[in-house]
Amino acid sequence: MNDLAGTRPRAALDPRELRRQFPIYQHNPGLVFLDSGASAQKPASVIDGVAEFYRRDYANVHRGVYQLSQRSTDAFEDARETTRAFLNAADVNEIVFTRGATESINLVAQSWGPAFVTEGDEIVVSDLEHHSNFVPWQMLCERTGAKLRVASVDASGGFDLAAFEAMLSPRTKMVAVTHVSNVTGTVTPVERIVQLAHAKGARVLVDGCQAIPRMPVDVRALGCDFYAFSGHKAYGPSGIGVLWGRYELLAAMPPWQTGGGMITQVTAAHTEFQDPPHRFEAGTPDISGAVGLKLAFDFIEGLGREAIRDHEDELTGYAIDRLSRIPGLDLVAAGQRRLSVLSFNLDGIHPHDVGTVLDQHGVAVRVGHHCAQPLMDRLGVAGTVRASLGVYNDRDDIDALAVAVEACREMFSR
Amino acid sequence: MIDLRELYQDIILDHGRHPRNFRPIEHPTHTAKGHNPLCGDRVTVYLTLDGDRIEDVSFEGRGCAISTASSSLMTEIIKGKTLAEAEALFAQFHAKVTGAAPRDVPEALEEDAERLEPLTGVKAYPARVKCATLPWHAFEAALKNGNGAAAEPVKTE
Repeated sequence: MNDLAGTRPRAALDPRELRRQFPIYQHNPGLVFLDSGASAQKPASVIDGVAEFYRRDYANVHRGVYQLSQRSTDAFEDARETTRAFLNAADVNEIVFTRGATESINLVAQSWGPAFVTEGDEIVVSDLEHHSNFVPWQMLCERTGAKLRVASVDASGGFDLAAFEAMLSPRTKMVAVTHVSNVTGTVTPVERIVQLAHAKGARVLVDGCQAIPRMPVDVRALGCDFYAFSGHKAYGPSGIGVLWGRYELLAAMPPWQTGGGMITQVTAAHTEFQDPPHRFEAGTPDISGAVGLKLAFDFIEGLGREAIRDHEDELTGYAIDRLSRIPGLDLVAAGQRRLSVLSFNLDGIHPHDVGTVLDQHGVAVRVGHHCAQPLMDRLGVAGTVRASLGVYNDRDDIDALAVAVEACREMFSR
Repeated sequence: MIDLRELYQDIILDHGRHPRNFRPIEHPTHTAKGHNPLCGDRVTVYLTLDGDRIEDVSFEGRGCAISTASSSLMTEIIKGKTLAEAEALFAQFHAKVTGAAPRDVPEALEEDAERLEPLTGVKAYPARVKCATLPWHAFEAALKNGNGAAAEPVKTE
């Protein structure tokens, strides 16, 4: 069973009460939303705060000499500082705003990549990765002649540290690994991965999309070199994301997109670029998105990240227990230490058919390959049904899921 | 709530579980792969044409109950038909599930068109329409491809 469950006291969050803060529930009565792993719903503080920012303080940033532009710039840069504190990063200049985790990872692959990776080098990823932490590295390898090595999960779907270690060599330049799997909820041993990778001189990029909304993350304690995530999975707006990188690494990286806002001097002959983070933020950024992200972090911190983790951990344990009692339900990577994400298959019924039946019961889940086809291949399944949790979920949601799954079984066994 | 049994009628579940003509044809005159990137469903349609008549048709692949049943029913219905007849059946079926302007089929094909009726329940489920049309798109692609094995899989719409 879930060995995270039971080791901590019952969560202090009150999901019923919390739902009042999420307008989506007022507009969709009876909604059983179990797809926060794809994108979380937004609290009123984020929705209203972004609108208020547009009403009161909006202008372009880093441009105007007028007061309004300064206020907007202050709000934008304040969001950067909040993000730094949220990650316990050393320096606010290590926080680069992007469109999302996908752009963050592409930034590293396209800027750091060609500058530091050459033919014969190796990049190691795990097969737990979302395509966004897989394809950019595959492309980099195709461009540079480096080799992509894929560390497989073990037979039970867990991160296989021994298999991973065997993949490392002095030629390994980058290790790109998820913090929490978006398919199985597996929490990877990032600290150990970093130690092993650094011992070979490799850099480590961590995809923190699933971890950021649901557990404390301290990039200095993790020891990694880059940490990437999206705002929209963490109760923030879509269109804003973050790349954290060690300053000396960011400072050694060339720009990847060029234009306004990231230069110090442009002449017909030559352009000089700003220091990080602005070097990597060409063009007008998602200003209100950054403001919304800050409000999302305020929301998360208001609840407490330990409290969120404990709540989702307890609920994950309940869900595993409840679903395991359904005959014919096959939980993917059963027995793994996991957080908030559960994938399963049902009696040979295709996940899309299950998803349609669940939808008719008002239960919103994700079905398909979850942008993780290498993992689907490894697990030998075409796809899965995935339930993922947020702060607003409670046992009633899990019970509703279980009832809908039972109804699905019944329909397909007639 | 729309009754799910309208979508998952017995005939669909039956063809989904026990697909007919689920086999490769060793030397097809025409073949194509269909792929729905959204859900990962894959189907390969094989045809043996005699002039413009479909002498044999079969399929392989993996998919949901809807796409498997649709493939199975399609092969049963278009076997022995002319290409023009098969195209007419698809045109009407496609119009029905996508909500486009209705298309008639010649009177002689009405009984066959009737057999596709259970699949038209997908109309109420926009995310599932492509499941039902995938094998038909693969069929059309096969006619263009010939037996060129290297051709790219056809994507749903």
